[in-house]
Amino acid sequence: MNVASGYNFAYLDEQTKRMIRRAILKAVAIPGHQVPFGSREMPLPYGWGTGGIQVTAAVLGRDDVLKVIDQGADDTTNAVSIRRFFARTAGVATTTHTAEATVIQTRHRIPETALRQDQIIVYQVPQPEPLSRLEPSREETRRMHALADYGLMHVKLYEDITRFGHVSISYDYPVMVDGRYLMAPSPIPAFDNPKMDRMAALQLFGAGREKRIYAVPPYTSVRSLDFDDHEFRASRAPHACLLCGATDSYLDEVVIDDQGGRMFVCSDTDHCEGRRDGT
Amino acid sequence: MAYVAVKGGERAIDNAHAWLAEARRGDPAVAEIGVDQIEAQLGRAIDRVMAEGSLHDRGLAALAIKQAQGDLIEAAFLLRAYRTTLPRFAASAPLDTEAMQVRRRISAVFKDLPGGQVLGPTTDYTHRLLDFALAAEGIAPPRAPRADVTDETIPSVNAILAHEGLIERDAGSSGEEPADLTREPLAFPAGRDVRLQALARGDEGFLLALGYSTQRGWGGTHPFVGELRVGEVGVEIVPPELGFAIDIGDVSLTECQMVNQFAGSRSVKPQFTRGYGLVFGHAERKAMSMALVDRAMRAAELGEDATAPAQNIEFVLYHCDNIEATGFVEHLKLPHYVDFQSELETVRRMRADADAAAIREAAE
Repeated sequence: MNVASGYNFAYLDEQTKRMIRRAILKAVAIPGHQVPFGSREMPLPYGWGTGGIQVTAAVLGRDDVLKVIDQGADDTTNAVSIRRFFARTAGVATTTHTAEATVIQTRHRIPETALRQDQIIVYQVPQPEPLSRLEPSREETRRMHALADYGLMHVKLYEDITRFGHVSISYDYPVMVDGRYLMAPSPIPAFDNPKMDRMAALQLFGAGREKRIYAVPPYTSVRSLDFDDHEFRASRAPHACLLCGATDSYLDEVVIDDQGGRMFVCSDTDHCEGRRDGT
Repeated sequence: MAYVAVKGGERAIDNAHAWLAEARRGDPAVAEIGVDQIEAQLGRAIDRVMAEGSLHDRGLAALAIKQAQGDLIEAAFLLRAYRTTLPRFAASAPLDTEAMQVRRRISAVFKDLPGGQVLGPTTDYTHRLLDFALAAEGIAPPRAPRADVTDETIPSVNAILAHEGLIERDAGSSGEEPADLTREPLAFPAGRDVRLQALARGDEGFLLALGYSTQRGWGGTHPFVGELRVGEVGVEIVPPELGFAIDIGDVSLTECQMVNQFAGSRSVKPQFTRGYGLVFGHAERKAMSMALVDRAMRAAELGEDATAPAQNIEFVLYHCDNIEATGFVEHLKLPHYVDFQSELETVRRMRADADAAAIREAAE
């Protein structure tokens, strides 16, 4: 019991954590495969990161240092809310510094700073099924994964290229994990996809509403789907960050007036502050 | 600088919560509503929140309604989030709804039948005229006439029809513990136990619309209300260490037995089929809708074409839960600027390509 809350450490009871850990172990053993789990109703709404929160709760220990980001930033309202939830129910130390964190829960971004082997990144996933927009039935997509029948997705990419000259998917860009399973990387910008490939940190994905957990073990191949003659290309706004001058980070576009004025700043606030502090 | 305006999430959240608490209380010159008043006087709201919150506790439902400012889906969510922290001790023995202490029991298929027709506290035959007398407080309603309580068992209409073999029989208990959606994720094909649990927790409005759609030809089932009963039923569990059933209390339930179009084959003589609804509290609209949708989802099992939305088990089960639905719909208001930014860049790039192509064409 813990911190005046009356709840178990990190909110979930130990039985539930054990169930989630089993799902995580299975997920790590079969990289990119979606493992159904008995997702619980959390005190935050579905869509707010209930899957990520359950995964974090299951892996968090007393000595962990937690960082929570949403859209790359530590101070977006939902990141604040989730960080407070764990500060309150687990009493763990929290940080905004990527390098100091042992567990990083994220929505929609991967930090710019390369992650290490002793870190875990937990992604919040709204829709774990990469084929969902092409085939709404989960009974059917499950069969497609079993047979590694991903022709439908290749056709979709091909049609995009013939129609637009490029693949039109700009976030949640599908990836092949370890050459076997097609996986939704969660709605991170395609810019972040290359960071997943052979990442040193363990990558865990939690989808609460859809009740699925999946994982990419450290140093596993993660390839963004493409064609030999149409290679995957990560793109970002062609500007430099107005605050730190970075030209290689992912940028937020901020509207500054109603005359079409825009400024571009790093979406990863910790990265940006670090560069400005010269650390 | 403008960028500063999007920072400061921490203080914004605290301020929002403070404002919410003030808004919830409303005008302090007006007396605060008591949880006991909600429980006693907003019974149908309590019933709905208990059903969709999957927790039979009138007091907690009343608290949730107060906390949610009367937003019943939000209240059901509060109950669900509380419920999930409770240990699960046992699965009950099958409820004996024939032994229900009925306060209402009607059949639309027989004019009279054992146990009789009992209207009970229904709005069915009220004229929907605003009762301005209710706006004036302190006027006690006239005392309703009393009758003696009997504890006779009232046979279900199905049992009556089953005598002649005219309707599908109860499958009887398999002895297996029923599936529990709150512990195991939904998987397909989904058994009837899972389907009924999902419907019992499902959104009343969604099921109402789906049930209605079957009546308008989208998967018609030719339904009759065999019977509808509302009342209290005892719940029994059989603790393994005792080996016999003990009564752990009563729950309020609404049960609907729908009698549907007959089916038959060379091996099975024609008989009516069934749809079933069972909901916490007094919830006739929900129980009837549930029975319609339950029957519609049996289409494939009964050899009918499954083409309408209500007959698509995966469609119904994945979308009937309003806590899941409201979460995912409302999450769209969370920040999505990273994704939107990537879409912006993609659209700008495509537009630039299109412009370049147009210039090339013009030059040729």
